[in-house]
Amino acid sequence: MKRLMTSPLGVAALVVNAILLFLVLFAPAIWGKQAAANDILNLGAGPGLGHAFGTDALGRDILARVLVASQLSIGLALGATAIGMFIGAVIGSVAAITSSRLRWLITGFIDIMVAFPGLLLALFFAVIFGVGPRAAVFALGLAMAPSFARLTYTLAANIAGRDFVAAARTLGISRTRILFRHVLPNIGEPLIVNATLGASGSLLAFASLSFLGLGVQLPDYDWGKMLGDGLNTIYKNPLAALAPGLALVLAGLAFNLSGEAAAQLLGGRVAMSPSRARRLLSAAFDRGIVDSDATGARTAGAAAEAGEAAYPLGKATTTEAGETAYPLGKATTTKAKSADLVLRVEHLKVAIPLDETTVATPVRDVSFTVRRGEAVGIVGESGSGKTLTAMAVAQLLSPPVASQADVMVLAGQSLATLSPKALRRHLGTSLAMVFQDPMSSLNPTMRVGLQLAEYSREHQGAGRAQAWERAVDRLRAVRIPSPERRAKQLPHELSGGMRQRSMIALGLMGEPALIIADEPTTALDVTVQEQVLRLIDRARAEHGAALLLISHDLAVVTAMCDRVLVMYAGKIVESIGVTDLVAGPAHPYTRGLIATSPDLGSDRDHLLPSIPGRPPHPGRLPVGCAFASRCPFATAVCEEIDPQLNLSTAGGQVACHHPQSGSVVKADPAGVLS
Amino acid sequence: MTGAADVSTTPRAHVRGVRRPLGPWASFLIRRLARLVVSVWVLITFAFLLIHLIPGDPVRAALGLTAPPDLVERTREGLGLNDPLLVQYGRYMHNLFTGDFGVSMINRLPVIDTVSHRLPNTLLLAVLAFVTIVLIAIPLGLGMAILTRDGRRRPLELGFTSSAMVIAAIPEFLAAVMLVYVFAVKTGWFPIAGKAGPNTFVLPVAALSIGAAAALSRLVRVEVLGVLGQDFIRTARSKRLRNARIYLRHALPNTLTATLTVSGLLLSSLVVGSVLVETTFAWPGLGPTMVSAILARDYPMVQIIVLVYGAMVLFINLVVDLVLAALDPRSTIKQG
Repeated sequence: MKRLMTSPLGVAALVVNAILLFLVLFAPAIWGKQAAANDILNLGAGPGLGHAFGTDALGRDILARVLVASQLSIGLALGATAIGMFIGAVIGSVAAITSSRLRWLITGFIDIMVAFPGLLLALFFAVIFGVGPRAAVFALGLAMAPSFARLTYTLAANIAGRDFVAAARTLGISRTRILFRHVLPNIGEPLIVNATLGASGSLLAFASLSFLGLGVQLPDYDWGKMLGDGLNTIYKNPLAALAPGLALVLAGLAFNLSGEAAAQLLGGRVAMSPSRARRLLSAAFDRGIVDSDATGARTAGAAAEAGEAAYPLGKATTTEAGETAYPLGKATTTKAKSADLVLRVEHLKVAIPLDETTVATPVRDVSFTVRRGEAVGIVGESGSGKTLTAMAVAQLLSPPVASQADVMVLAGQSLATLSPKALRRHLGTSLAMVFQDPMSSLNPTMRVGLQLAEYSREHQGAGRAQAWERAVDRLRAVRIPSPERRAKQLPHELSGGMRQRSMIALGLMGEPALIIADEPTTALDVTVQEQVLRLIDRARAEHGAALLLISHDLAVVTAMCDRVLVMYAGKIVESIGVTDLVAGPAHPYTRGLIATSPDLGSDRDHLLPSIPGRPPHPGRLPVGCAFASRCPFATAVCEEIDPQLNLSTAGGQVACHHPQSGSVVKADPAGVLS
Repeated sequence: MTGAADVSTTPRAHVRGVRRPLGPWASFLIRRLARLVVSVWVLITFAFLLIHLIPGDPVRAALGLTAPPDLVERTREGLGLNDPLLVQYGRYMHNLFTGDFGVSMINRLPVIDTVSHRLPNTLLLAVLAFVTIVLIAIPLGLGMAILTRDGRRRPLELGFTSSAMVIAAIPEFLAAVMLVYVFAVKTGWFPIAGKAGPNTFVLPVAALSIGAAAALSRLVRVEVLGVLGQDFIRTARSKRLRNARIYLRHALPNTLTATLTVSGLLLSSLVVGSVLVETTFAWPGLGPTMVSAILARDYPMVQIIVLVYGAMVLFINLVVDLVLAALDPRSTIKQG
């Protein structure tokens, strides 16, 4: 009730329903006399003194009649809905608890009946029951019954499949008792929501019958009948037809409103206003980063969205690459080296507004570089921000997720300086993406070859035939057998491995300087995984492209990459070469990952070992080191000061107050878990 | 009680498990046509039963209390109402398949003549309205989805969804009355009723289309928004295609299944909804004939019109299912 009162929809529904209820109950008593009185001086008059909406052909006040008619119009509609719902619920319930043969008959019959529009059924039953309000109520009720029956059956069958009903059944409780005790109470709410929505349809349908002369008969009148009568005098007083019509629409909307309010109450969620989200995001970006104030903030997403981003965060000023004073930048890159870089990212943040007051920053302050032809892996648990980092680099985040970076240089171009069109061209030609799930990442309604060929049409100025040829050639390059035939097929006709190879082929349509592969083998069989990895590696070597490989699998990353970035809770906690990683990394988290990573020697009969504890929620990050609560080496300083990346004795950089050294001992599953 | 798997226990699923050497398309067609045959049988049986379900004597009801008893008896005899029910049922079926639909109880003319004369007008109206609805709703829904995606332009979204909701709540006959008032009575741009030149089509088609177009455009918007959130759209964006191609080539075709399903339902209800609009505009279609036949208790006429409307609905459903199966073989054919 409290939620009903606080949502504007709920308040509106309550108010309108209160007015309708008042009219239905009291309108005939209040305006009844006025509605029946004939003003013989004003027959069929337009709006004027004493008659706000004018009079009908017999000089009766239209407004009073519309108000009085609400009782009959709404009452009969609700009556028909009640009949329809009752019959439907009974039929649906019977279908749900009866023998399978009878159920087959009933559901088959319901299926046939719901195929016919309700009005046709209502007309059919109106013929049988004859003309008049009572007959029309029954006709309409019967016409509504099939759809309610189907709804009841579907909901009941759904509930019947749940555990607690299965439990009741094994206890030998009778079907009827299960229906009344367990099933009906659980489907009551959706049934009532649908009945409310059905009532608005019933209101209009009943008015239709009266409009056609099949419903309410003289001397009674409802809105439908008034509309029909008013149509005849539309030249004299159009309000005689329009006023009841207006009442009809308003009452119908009130029913709809109630239905939607009820549906929202039963499980809806109110969306946040964009201005609120914008404020939250800018606050998140301003917090804690010294450099961003000095250099000016910009949304990476904004540029990609052709200037119509929902969240313009600050001014779109650009930063010159290589000029920012930042320890990591200085340590890894000098001006001379920067020409050698394919990707340079500094102070990348990604933020998502969670609710009215909090913003999660799943990527907090990430800076890294990728050299020409280098293979860099990003590892971390799920939720560590590795995928969001990659999506931010690819400019593929969309609202409400927003990103911001002080420096984002790809293949020699600062992405912030490019116009939307130039950005599209630049990213299209220098960056290729390989996504995780090749089933959902390929368009299910488009031939595979066409999905590849459209790249050439867009970026290489190829004609239709030429682009197709290139697509087939690329499919052949990733060793898809009979590529001419496969190119003509839809994604679901290909195997999982072939789909993932097609994704790689898509990445090879151009000559990318950087390939970002996000968990490219996660959805695949182990045997296919290796083929795909080898394929990526070979493609990279042939084209001299750099690779940014995102994976939760350390084994994959060490096999494929030159260097590894370890992410934890939205930050890079260690950046280290693969040989140093194997020899023994410095960060306790990285060491934990190695200790717990399964290999062929792992005993699969036992639970796989894992680092105890869970990463912090991105909306509730601690002040100090985010890993402190899970870290066996944590001390007081870890709780207070968030460590920054510094040169590490293990090689590379590490963000830790207590860096470790030496090789890692594989964890004994029992030991880690206890 | 039933398990969750029983939800799918429809007549079609019942044949599952039988070994089928046929291809998926052939077996889909067979199942679908079997369903059609059953539906037609149910329709015909209902039309037949119509005259028998009426409380009291239908002939007496039709001819009125003052009709002479021998006339009533002769009419009963003529309609074969004195025979056993099964005999009548058999004869009714036989007559249907030989093209004999009976004579009107009012004007004694074969009802098929009236229907064949009036049906084309109804069909013309329904098809024109349907084309109008699709041409308005799909571009409008797509455009609104693009403009309001990812929570952009909240005021526009609110304005669109609420006005579409209000418009969709206006019943056809009210739309008809409003249109008549504004465009026929007030401005005199269009004739108030009847069927003559092309401009007599405008108001009836508009009255039939407005509400349905609003409802369909809302649906298209929601569908497109759903598709835009899917992974393959991200892939398309990663190819850096121009937006027009992403929306028209990647997003739109993937909304077709839902749009088409709802369009089929719309077209069915449009055919029947035309009864009201035709009556309002005194359109020479089946609608006014049906209403006057119901009021005059001209049962043979009602029977054939019920058959015709029902057959149109079944035909539309069949076409929609076949097109869906062709467009999206994966889901449709498997489920039948």
